[in-house]
Amino acid sequence: MSILLSQNTRIICQGFTGKQGTFHSQQAVAYGSRMVGGVTPGKGGSRHLDLPVFNTVADAVQETGAEASVIYVPSPFAADAIIEAAAAGIELIVCITEGIPVHDMLMVKHYLAGSTARLIGPNCPGIITPGQSKIGIMPGSIHRPGKVGIVSRSGTLTYEAVEQTTRLGLGQSTCVGIGGDPLIGMSFVEVLALFEADPQTELIIMVGEIGGRMEEEAAHYIQSSVSKPVVAFIAGSTAPKGKRMGHAGAIIDGNAGTAAAKYAVLEAAGVHCVHSPAELGMRAAALLSR
Amino acid sequence: MNLHEYQAKRLLAEEGIPVPRAIPAFSVREAVNQARELGGPAWVVKAQVHAGGRGKAGGVRVVHSIAGVEKTAQELLGKPLVTAQTGAQGQHVAALLIEEPSSIARELYLALMVDRAQARITFLATREGGMDIEELAATRPEALKKLVVNPSTGFLPFQARQLGFEFGLDTSQVQQLTRIMQGMYRLAQKLDALMVEINPLAVTSDGRLLALDVKLVMDDNALYRHPESDELFDSTQQDGREIVARQFGLNYISLEGNIGCMVNGAGLAMATMDMIKLHGGEPANFLDVGGGAAADKVTQAFKLILSDTRVKAILVNIFGGITRCDLLAEGIIQAAAEVGIHLPVVVRLEGTRKEEGMALLRESGLSLISADGLTDAAVKAVAAAQG
Repeated sequence: MSILLSQNTRIICQGFTGKQGTFHSQQAVAYGSRMVGGVTPGKGGSRHLDLPVFNTVADAVQETGAEASVIYVPSPFAADAIIEAAAAGIELIVCITEGIPVHDMLMVKHYLAGSTARLIGPNCPGIITPGQSKIGIMPGSIHRPGKVGIVSRSGTLTYEAVEQTTRLGLGQSTCVGIGGDPLIGMSFVEVLALFEADPQTELIIMVGEIGGRMEEEAAHYIQSSVSKPVVAFIAGSTAPKGKRMGHAGAIIDGNAGTAAAKYAVLEAAGVHCVHSPAELGMRAAALLSR
Repeated sequence: MNLHEYQAKRLLAEEGIPVPRAIPAFSVREAVNQARELGGPAWVVKAQVHAGGRGKAGGVRVVHSIAGVEKTAQELLGKPLVTAQTGAQGQHVAALLIEEPSSIARELYLALMVDRAQARITFLATREGGMDIEELAATRPEALKKLVVNPSTGFLPFQARQLGFEFGLDTSQVQQLTRIMQGMYRLAQKLDALMVEINPLAVTSDGRLLALDVKLVMDDNALYRHPESDELFDSTQQDGREIVARQFGLNYISLEGNIGCMVNGAGLAMATMDMIKLHGGEPANFLDVGGGAAADKVTQAFKLILSDTRVKAILVNIFGGITRCDLLAEGIIQAAAEVGIHLPVVVRLEGTRKEEGMALLRESGLSLISADGLTDAAVKAVAAAQG
């Protein structure tokens, strides 16, 4: 088992023939992801990377039975692309694009509230179920199938947790980068619920960062509904107030959203917190060997 | 992107929101002229900086003569203003707003912002304006009224009526409040604003509602569709290195320490700062070179770090996903050739083409300190900075 993504998941790519779409679709195919086509408006009927290209997501879904879509289209057009995928019946939408305006995401969130589609991202590395399939930009080679579920707001910190759990022989069930924007699709809570229900996942690593209240909500959820051990790191203990730390969502507003506040709530909820990302793997290994 | 009070008030006025009569001034002479044009007997001289806490810091002064306007302008213009929100170096004052004083009966607080958890535009209001809203939220959250806007309908007048009558405004004032909130909502949509804050929203002694101070924040990600934002941008309010970084597509934030950081990915960049601190050092900056960092971007990043004379050591921490370690290593070598790096540089490479990258660095003849893993990198950088 795994969550959200398996070797059977049929995947298309929006922004397929662009530079990013091309490169990462090649990588995905090489990893074993079941890519079944792509969408580039105006290039429908042609072929790219030996896969069919469609003008619309609806066409692609009809012809290929695609269930998941990965979006690499530029930020001004990304909100439209996400909603197009949801409207066409795509169940899992993974948006890698960085820099989508907040007001566009307000519209996306409003639309998705009335839809069954799940959105991962935007501004995220994507999702991978090691040994089966990957959707996104993460380096496949560092992953191994295993028992740790990883959920993170940061791409590179996800890779750190992956590298450590691979080196220690724990491996990963599924890794989900939920994205660094203030408004994103799936939250920590939604991914935690899936890991809790997944028999392959024995422990969860959660990597949060300053800004917003998603870690606090996760803490409450873990306390009430997660039986598996959770190891957490929060980036940005040293970040100054009022500055956006690279991610649009990583900003301390007034006294809200600090790493200290998040650590306090997580500790109180029984989460195993580490203050160095280098300790994520070791802490997980120690908990699993108990 | 933050706007100045004078810019925000002009935009509010264009939406029909009442603001005091005021004219901006960019020199002492202009300040005197604007004061004459407004007429006396008193004026408020307000320093225009992208920071709150101006009043307590002496950046907002009431004066009663033209000579007083002139003297105050001389004291404020061209100098840094240090407030509780600026840090010790303060914020440069390049503009003043010369304003007619208002006779205030009571003050309210009214703000539009994006609620992240609900993904909705939300109004926040209290019947006590002018005070520290963060403190109020922490100590008496029940005093903070929250109105969520339904995206299907947009802001509706009944929401303003609910708020206004609850706050004890009379019928005419409730109508004014409705127009103000509608204007704020329109402006937020039109400008891609993340925040429109009126604090205080005054009720004057003759019963009018008036926006006395305004804070407006535009979404950086949406500036591409607002060409007018070019002229609203004020480079005097930014750190010089942050402006240069922006030109090269680098995410850079100046900090107080002496270890320069170059990292890929915002999360790892933050965590690297945290690790430095954890091991007894102080980061000089946050710097995310971004995904797919190319050689010349890395060179620019090095130049940026080296332009900070407080930096005593540099820590390069890269986890190659899209970023290839070998290309990054080429960037380091190119930067060393171009700018000459005379400080200790600790390099930790992990991920895509790590071995090729490390080999390139070894063969380059540069004296670099290579690190294995996050902790080793942080410890070595802290030691190197201590010299």
